[in-house]
Amino acid sequence: MSTVVTDTRAVFAREMTLVMRDPFSLAFSIVQPLVFLALFGPLLGATVGSEAFGGESSLQWFLPGVIVMLSMFGTTMTGSNLQIEMNTGSYERVLATPLSRSSLLAGRALKEFAPLVVQAVLLTVVTVPFGFDLYPVHVLAGLVLLGVFGIGVGALSYSLALVTRKNEWVFWMVQQSLLFPLLILSGIMLPLESAPGWMKTASSFNPLTYVVEAERTLFGGTFVDRDVAYGALAAALTCVAGVAIGIRTIRRSTS
Amino acid sequence: MIHAEKLTRHFRVKKEIVEAVRGIDIDVAEGELLAFLGPNGAGKSTTLRMLTSLLPPTSGTATVAGVSVVDDPAGVRKRIGYIGQGNGAGHYYRVLDELLMQGRFYGMSKTESRQRAGELLETLDLRDLAKRAVITLSGGQRRRLDIAMGLMHQPRLLFLDEPSTGMDPQNRANLWEHIVRMRQQHGTTIVLTTHYLEEADSMAERVVVIDHGQIIADDTPANLKAKLAGDRIMFTVPAGDVEKAERLLADHGNLLQRAGVTNDRIRVSARVENGPEVLPVLVRAADAAGLAVLAAQLHQPTLDDVFLNLTGRSLREGGESR
Repeated sequence: MSTVVTDTRAVFAREMTLVMRDPFSLAFSIVQPLVFLALFGPLLGATVGSEAFGGESSLQWFLPGVIVMLSMFGTTMTGSNLQIEMNTGSYERVLATPLSRSSLLAGRALKEFAPLVVQAVLLTVVTVPFGFDLYPVHVLAGLVLLGVFGIGVGALSYSLALVTRKNEWVFWMVQQSLLFPLLILSGIMLPLESAPGWMKTASSFNPLTYVVEAERTLFGGTFVDRDVAYGALAAALTCVAGVAIGIRTIRRSTS
Repeated sequence: MIHAEKLTRHFRVKKEIVEAVRGIDIDVAEGELLAFLGPNGAGKSTTLRMLTSLLPPTSGTATVAGVSVVDDPAGVRKRIGYIGQGNGAGHYYRVLDELLMQGRFYGMSKTESRQRAGELLETLDLRDLAKRAVITLSGGQRRRLDIAMGLMHQPRLLFLDEPSTGMDPQNRANLWEHIVRMRQQHGTTIVLTTHYLEEADSMAERVVVIDHGQIIADDTPANLKAKLAGDRIMFTVPAGDVEKAERLLADHGNLLQRAGVTNDRIRVSARVENGPEVLPVLVRAADAAGLAVLAAQLHQPTLDDVFLNLTGRSLREGGESR
């Protein structure tokens, strides 16, 4: 187990080298969600009305969703950076080292997740003056939960990149056509309370739904809750399944 | 250092099974410098990928550096170095960063990595490039960086897949200088693949010829050439003297097929042992017998002749890579 942690840190460190060497892109990507929140948040409150959010401010409902959405945008991209390295020999060289396979998956997924931690802190702090109630410990726990989920999603994205290595565009096609239905069917952007029955059924099979609910509960300052337990379970299952599929795909990948 | 038995690998390509490697048995002792030689698609790289644990064999076993590739692939990877066909360093990384990271991947400490990276940058003429992004390096520089990365953890066994493909002769010679020096210093066992005949001939101490996924010959380049090809002496003589010339050649070696050069000139040839010494003897004998030799040639064999004699095909006709 300790080698997995050491190896994951090493893989993560290599991935982060490029991020740290390019501070402008990093800064830009961190500020971007603020713009999104500033423009979309007020519209949402005005359109849907506060009764849909159980009387809370729309910000309290919307912010955790934005953070989950950003984490999905990031971690589903894990495979795309891999594609570049597969075309040169650099992925093969890393494969030839003794690094454990699960650390290749986790290290790369966490690199996509890392900027989110900074983004999330920034977003929550900035929204406090606009009526967001901040529970720092709960937010932190929410990020850990999201990180576990993100490793699973990242590992799946990694597997997708391996499977589609001969036609790169298939990666994008699959990634895009899965990402948006998953996001919408989890109630991230708009509440599903007024959705038709089939959408509600579909959303109950979406692990992201439970993660979003758990995040909203945690960001609202509650630890002990059924939603949090379900969310943690959904995150853990996604993580285990994603890593298992990832390891299997790496082992079976022949070129 | 390596012991492989009946190593086999099949690929499924569009519902058809392709037998890339068909039962390879090989033993490599510590300190050897061995080259797998064969045309593209012969199964060299697939064999190497199985020996380095990057590809699980369909059947058969291999023990590499004392560890089974099937049971403990990670253990194999810890004990060997592997330099693949492509460039191992990430395009956007800096040269030194990638070297240090490679050390970290092999569990080396920071100080150890720094020291080792410094030495390698020095010996591989990369010192001035330490802070440069890999993408800005030339092909030869990138290949040297690949070698440096493969050597970071000082493996006792190093695999190189087509190390000099696409390099110009000068860079190739330079690369080999580094490989040979490193071997002298550390006694590293080296296993490489190549489809360059000259490279296998001049550099490897043992050449394993692979074709259609099987080993068809395995010896030193000198022995392969002596046993499987041999020196060839060719005389061009007037058409009327052909029989006399062939009788003479047959006394000193094995007669080969004659070939018409022009209408009135015929080339006769024979395989002989120790051609350089037999040639003057034959010329003098021809003179004494009143045979007019119009041209005399001695052909000493290359590994291509070896391959030609083994398979009926020339290696030089080779097609696409991989």
